[in-house]
Amino acid sequence: MALKRNVGLKGIKYRGGGPMISWALHRISGLAIVLFVGLHVISSFFMQQLGSDFATAINTVYESIYFQFVMIFIVLFHALNGLRVIILDLWPRLIKYQREATWLQWLIFIPAYGMTVVVMILNQLQGG
Amino acid sequence: MSSRPAPQIGFSFEYMMWIFTRISGLVMYLLAFIGIVMAFVMGARQQVDIGALARWTFFPNPNHVVDTNIPDVTLGWSNAWWQVMEMLMLFFAVTHGLNGVRVVVEDYMRNSWARALGRGVIFLLWIFMLIFGIYVILAS
Repeated sequence: MALKRNVGLKGIKYRGGGPMISWALHRISGLAIVLFVGLHVISSFFMQQLGSDFATAINTVYESIYFQFVMIFIVLFHALNGLRVIILDLWPRLIKYQREATWLQWLIFIPAYGMTVVVMILNQLQGG
Repeated sequence: MSSRPAPQIGFSFEYMMWIFTRISGLVMYLLAFIGIVMAFVMGARQQVDIGALARWTFFPNPNHVVDTNIPDVTLGWSNAWWQVMEMLMLFFAVTHGLNGVRVVVEDYMRNSWARALGRGVIFLLWIFMLIFGIYVILAS
């Protein structure tokens, strides 16, 4: 049984508004997390058990600071957006404040992500 | 503009997974919070880079956190505690994540055979990741 939703090419078309951007980003970041975490678990396993060079190469990419910038963005966004969705779903009366909730979400996201990035760059410059 | 309707309330698989996604999200927040707080309570103050922090947050197994200057996590009850924490995180994270992939499959795979294939692959991946993860937790 398919969920009777209007997706496909029509669903991809941008219909305006912040909520849709949040929805798309949530879906993309969720798929990215499944892909990256799955690959990380499998490659760590082969690195540990067989000393595979290919698996080591994958984990080296994961430990690079550039990849970590992207990964922190994705995980932090997915976590905060997920929390917003949970709160609005558990208290449906709050749904009329969802624009404010989205602003609040970015108000938390930007300093948290910004500070992390600044600390990481400072550590990198110190050779740490 | 209306948002996508929530599944019909009742004892259906779709509704159960809808609830589970939200509950598991909250549970993962709790597990992550416990991991971070306990790492710092146990004295992880130097050598906590973003990798170590992520490992304490999501999967504090001994091979992962060997570089942080905290007491050994493999001794006695501490071992049991962290293994249970890891198994909870494993179960909730894998199920939450693969259920998300399943929803995407239901949304975008129109052919019934493609959808059946997608569901089958996801179910096998789910079983595989759980067994694989429990092996890693118990072996390391």
